[in-house]
Amino acid sequence: MKQTILTVDDSRTMRDMLRLALVAAGYRVIEAIDGVDGLQVLTGEKPDVIITDINMPNLDGFGFIEAVRKDVAWRGTPILVLTTESDAEKKARARDAGATGWIVKPFSPDKLVQAIRRVAA
Amino acid sequence: MDEMEAIKATFFQECEELLADLEVGLLAMQAGPADGETVNAVFRAVHSIKGGAGAFGFEGLVRFAHVFETLMDGLRSGKIEQSSDLVAALLRAADLLADLVEAARGGAEAEDDRTGAMAAELQVLIEGGESAGSMSAPAAGEAAGELDAPFSFQPLGASSPCEAEAPFTPLAVLPLDGPAGDAGPVAWSIAFRPRASLFHNGNEPALILRELERLGPATITLDASSVPPLASLDPEASWLSWEILLTASCEETEIREVFEFVDGDCDLSISRAGEDAPAEADTDAAFAALLASIQDPPAAAVDPDVAPPVMAPPVVAAPVSRPVVAKASTDPQVAAPQATIRVDPERIDRLIDLVGELVINQAMLAQRVMESGLSPSSAVSVGLDDLEQLTREIQESVMAIRAQPVKSVFQRMPRLVRETAAMTGKQVRLVTDGENTEVDKTVIERLAEPITHMIRNAIDHGLETPEARIAAGKNPEGMVRLAALHRGGRIVIEVADDGAGINRRKVLAIATDRDLVAADAQLSDEEIDNLIFLPGFSTATQVSDVSGRGVGMDVVRRSIQALGGRISIASRPGEGSTFTLSLPLTLAVLDGMVIDVAGHTMVAPLSAIVESLRPKPEDVRRLGPTGMVLAVRDTHVPLLDIGCVLGFRTEAPPASDRVVLLVEAEDGSRAALVADGIHGQRQVVIKSLEANYRQVPGIAAATILGDGRVALILDVDAVMTLRPPGASRAAESTLIAAE
Repeated sequence: MKQTILTVDDSRTMRDMLRLALVAAGYRVIEAIDGVDGLQVLTGEKPDVIITDINMPNLDGFGFIEAVRKDVAWRGTPILVLTTESDAEKKARARDAGATGWIVKPFSPDKLVQAIRRVAA
Repeated sequence: MDEMEAIKATFFQECEELLADLEVGLLAMQAGPADGETVNAVFRAVHSIKGGAGAFGFEGLVRFAHVFETLMDGLRSGKIEQSSDLVAALLRAADLLADLVEAARGGAEAEDDRTGAMAAELQVLIEGGESAGSMSAPAAGEAAGELDAPFSFQPLGASSPCEAEAPFTPLAVLPLDGPAGDAGPVAWSIAFRPRASLFHNGNEPALILRELERLGPATITLDASSVPPLASLDPEASWLSWEILLTASCEETEIREVFEFVDGDCDLSISRAGEDAPAEADTDAAFAALLASIQDPPAAAVDPDVAPPVMAPPVVAAPVSRPVVAKASTDPQVAAPQATIRVDPERIDRLIDLVGELVINQAMLAQRVMESGLSPSSAVSVGLDDLEQLTREIQESVMAIRAQPVKSVFQRMPRLVRETAAMTGKQVRLVTDGENTEVDKTVIERLAEPITHMIRNAIDHGLETPEARIAAGKNPEGMVRLAALHRGGRIVIEVADDGAGINRRKVLAIATDRDLVAADAQLSDEEIDNLIFLPGFSTATQVSDVSGRGVGMDVVRRSIQALGGRISIASRPGEGSTFTLSLPLTLAVLDGMVIDVAGHTMVAPLSAIVESLRPKPEDVRRLGPTGMVLAVRDTHVPLLDIGCVLGFRTEAPPASDRVVLLVEAEDGSRAALVADGIHGQRQVVIKSLEANYRQVPGIAAATILGDGRVALILDVDAVMTLRPPGASRAAESTLIAAE
């Protein structure tokens, strides 16, 4: 069965790019436009992996990850954050919030899929 | 590749929205100290532009956006103080960013001096703020604030592996500089012991081991010896560890990369099999892992003999935490995200077309039913009425799909005002109103230019200089008001200024000077005001950079009329001028007057018709051998028989027992068009004649009437210039001149 990936990003461009790469790699993709929307989507979907941006309106990536991890149902779900220029400080904060790993923007489809493979069965 | 192009198009579209958000945010900051969310929104806009630009390799754009973003980051973290000078610089930077986006869209990477200068200016602001901020922050932390913490010791490993290694592994007298991968497969010995935190973040050792196997054949041995008896087992703790023997032609970095996400959440040692020493640590991850193992001796998988206890450089231990990098919005009125779909505009056009057909078809059916003599109360007629109602609703709903707020155009204006104000040395405040007024997208796209001209004109010609305003007892800052509203099924755009108003004496003098009116013409104030719409008129005594580019109000008027709109002006000396333009809400339907011409049914656009009248025989006068003029109040206008102009007939019947449409062309000239009869007004769906047949002089388009017949829509301007051969040119000169 196809794995489902939830992408959370306020940028349409970025969502489209993720979708393009992920669909080509054989994943099913669902999308949310910010943290609040992401939590809303999670009430009706059970993604295998979550990929989220950090800088978003309404609820940013850190807040989103914390909220997801708080829910027992999502304790073990891999969450990858999108970050730029291997920003170590953001990575550390994301990890403190409960992120599993990260993807550095701009990403290549290979790197993206590799990162997912490292966290999802 | 196509898909990438489509995403690129999305990116530029998104950039426009982000630039608009950026502008809104900066303007809010200009108005006074902004709250965190406003600054955050500005940061996000720049950040998103940078992110997308990076994905498409717009290096220049990325570089500039990065500096901009860094400054915004300093602002939102409080490191940099907000000041009006700073916001002014940000506004200019935003304008430049918009230019860079535009350049990137055009395929150029314009990185000129301006960009360099602006980036340098921002850099100074960043450094100014940071050095001030460092007073209160530990110096070491501050220095690392910009560079990320591990970055600060990366150069050691990166620049010269030997140096980096020397202090740490004096025992490593091994082939230090020979890259491991070169010499074929190497046997690696890896010890991996997850800590509990690894699981808390959703990582899974099995997946990591699976990734490891992709590098080469591996022998993985589980060490479950520390698992306690079930009764005392804490299921959340970590009890397992693995020893892996991996044979792979890869660098150690590649192995490290597999463990990238769990770095710090596990005890890890990687060494070449057969060596007792850890292999060269050339990444920061390696340092961190080593440090972790030293700081936590009982768990260390590294041979204690090899790890000298002195190896921790003091700087490393303190990860820098920047204050409030991003905060979740606590704004209670955040709207719930609205689900939207994006649709190819062609599909909507097709839908609008089909609905147009439906409207025509419905009208046709209604007419047939009426002709068949069925009673209006019959079931068929009643059903048809319902159908008509539904059809109308469908039409309105479909039109609403394409309707968009005029905001997208209004948002471009603050920048224009800033630039024009700077160029003319005037102080201007722009007030906008009704920016959520909706209108068909095709109309919006064509509104930008006329509004741009009108605003430029208002600032350049309407507003006085600050000195002149003070002298006149006004606020030195002039005001330009841009408003949109719906009125009578049309959209009305108003551009008003509180300047000096139109200088009628000067306007009349110029118009007379340029032979636009007769020297002795007696014109009303309103007529004088309207002279500025005549082609070739410009009130600027000297050609300024702003409006003196040969684009006058006549161009504005023409583009408005091309949209089926009208423009008018009201001016009061000393109080200012207001330009009002009204446009149809959509270009797909037209308000027309249905007329008879030599046995053909035609439609004249209502927007061009000033009035319709039945001429008295004594008002029709002959001018020259074939020319005719009609006296309308105190002027004469050329009298043209539509049938003759279009070639339906050669001899025009007397005008006096027929109907005359007094029309006005886009250039303001008037004519009286003679038709055989009029059937009243109606909305018609425009069908392109060019797309379906070919262009016909004097005909703008076609439509299908209720009875199913095609009716041609008159091109009033063309009819006025399409004089039948032999018509007197003298008639033209009677334009506005009074008797």
